[in-house]
Amino acid sequence: MDFLVFQTGTLTFQALIDGVLLGILFALIAYGMALQWGVMNIINIAQGELVIMGGYIAYFMYQIGIHPAFGILVSPIIMYFVGIILYKLVITKVVDRDLFISILATFGISILMQQLMNFVFGADVVVAQSNFGTLLLFDKAVTIPYSKLFAAAVSIVFAICLIIYMRRSKLGRAIRATAQNARAAKILGVDTEKVYASTFGINAALCGIAGALVAITFTLHPYVGLPYTVRSFMIVIVAGLGNLPGVVMSGMGLGVFEEFADYILGTEFRIAAVFSLLVFILLYRRFKLARKREYLK
Amino acid sequence: MNTVLEFNKRELTICGAILILALIAPFIFSAYKLQMAIMIVYIVAAITWNIQGGETGYNTFGNIMFFGLGMYLCSGIQIGMYFPLAEWTEGGGVKTFIHKPDQYFKGLFVGLLFAGVVPAIVAGLIGYGILGLRGHYFAICTLGIGIASGEIAGGIELIGAGQGMTSPPFPNVGGLEFRGQFLYFLCLALLILTFTFVRWLYTTRFRLVLNAIRDNEDKAEAMGIETMRYKITGWVISAFFVGIAGGLVGTMVGYIEPVEVAFDGRELGVFMVLMTILGGKGTLWGPIIGAVLFTIFKESFWTLFLGWQYVALGVLIIVIVIYFPEGLMGYLRERKPEWFGEVIDEKDRKAQITLD
Repeated sequence: MDFLVFQTGTLTFQALIDGVLLGILFALIAYGMALQWGVMNIINIAQGELVIMGGYIAYFMYQIGIHPAFGILVSPIIMYFVGIILYKLVITKVVDRDLFISILATFGISILMQQLMNFVFGADVVVAQSNFGTLLLFDKAVTIPYSKLFAAAVSIVFAICLIIYMRRSKLGRAIRATAQNARAAKILGVDTEKVYASTFGINAALCGIAGALVAITFTLHPYVGLPYTVRSFMIVIVAGLGNLPGVVMSGMGLGVFEEFADYILGTEFRIAAVFSLLVFILLYRRFKLARKREYLK
Repeated sequence: MNTVLEFNKRELTICGAILILALIAPFIFSAYKLQMAIMIVYIVAAITWNIQGGETGYNTFGNIMFFGLGMYLCSGIQIGMYFPLAEWTEGGGVKTFIHKPDQYFKGLFVGLLFAGVVPAIVAGLIGYGILGLRGHYFAICTLGIGIASGEIAGGIELIGAGQGMTSPPFPNVGGLEFRGQFLYFLCLALLILTFTFVRWLYTTRFRLVLNAIRDNEDKAEAMGIETMRYKITGWVISAFFVGIAGGLVGTMVGYIEPVEVAFDGRELGVFMVLMTILGGKGTLWGPIIGAVLFTIFKESFWTLFLGWQYVALGVLIIVIVIYFPEGLMGYLRERKPEWFGEVIDEKDRKAQITLD
């Protein structure tokens, strides 16, 4: 095995750019994960399926002749209501309980959603063509599709909007108060049930945006949700809850890692590399904390 | 101290009845032998999952790794003992190599032995690192392990990569009927072995230690128990039995695919959790009842809602987890505590009722 990556500068550059652009997208999904984990104390295994579902909404628009880039406006609105419905039906019953219950219950949701998407859109790999063209650099050695740049830019814009919303709006303040101390917030007149519902809705809407971007930059398939869940989980445990710069940085780091793993090990080991990295990170933190006789909480 | 064969009268009747039923079942319902064998494997998986999830409070999704490892090892060794493995997998469906009956059975025996021992060793090796994680971090980490191992197995050429490999076909002795019966009784033997061992294990101090870890690990440690040693031992035991179960399934199915059959973290890996929860975590009989009920649910879904079976399955998962987290045994325990040998103070009970 010769490590081509370290020999040619352009390939390394290509992988870096791809990784960073991809990582920004991951950070957006991870932010939703951190939000619901921090506020409602649940781990949502169906996060990836929400992303894929958002992507299929954009793909559906592409199919009926609307440019899929408009999906970034339509799919969060639809996904917000999907999130609210999911919350009312299932999530509301797992909020105050053991985290493992939420893992299993959302696992059930994820199986359900996979199968429903399979019924509606079929089990083929699909892509929504954006026809944005490609940016060529260095004598066509480095190719950057404009769709990826577009995806990164949209992610950043939406993330900034969300941060401002969380800081300034009444609901944003209520969400942050509930995350700090749900009981105290309730006593002071915050309708926590409503806060939880809208948190889950906002998370689903974020997934919807990310999904629409996935649809125009990558491929969609009903059963590829779980890696997105694991990526966002990984980013959150590395960055910590409520640490947005950390989320963005570790998202980019993960993206770069994935692109390099793709080049060095081959595409067939890409998902394996993601899951192995998860195990590695958890073990690293476990051994680091074990020196102080602590454990991951 | 309770010994292995010490049963009380009621238990003896139940166990005897089940054993007799299990022994004659393949002759009565001879068309469903393989389904019943798979059900038995599910029971084994649920019993062993219960050692972690129910008794120790470590909810693992990673036991599927030992299952898949056992499956690949059993068939790989069975082939590799007599023929070059690489050429076998390259040949795919074309049968250039055929096991003679004595080769087949010898190979199967050695393969099953390795299918048990190697996962147990692996569990021992990775146990120190993984079992140091707690709660949901442990759950997610083991979920990652289960899926990563499937993806990695799907990239190794020697064992057929993503296409998978065929396990050796049954030699030409006694026909199809004999094959089914042989494999069924092999599974039954594994179940009896597992059940007897686990039942004995639960009468010892070992179970109390595991329960202490579940209830409060820090306190257990403060009491001077080396919790890590017990956790690893528990995982090694689970890995051993579930590995053999994997080897048997590989032989029964005849075709080993990395993600859908062997390291099926999205199906069996979750099923074993659900079966145990459905029956009741932390009990001896809970996983068994849960596995039987779950198999009945699953098989009826597959026939009643053909095409919609996974939707039904998803709904079932959500309903079980949200509404029956204590399982059937937990429900019974609440309703009929005297069945579990718990003495209820009637006065106290009445006092509680009037308070409400």
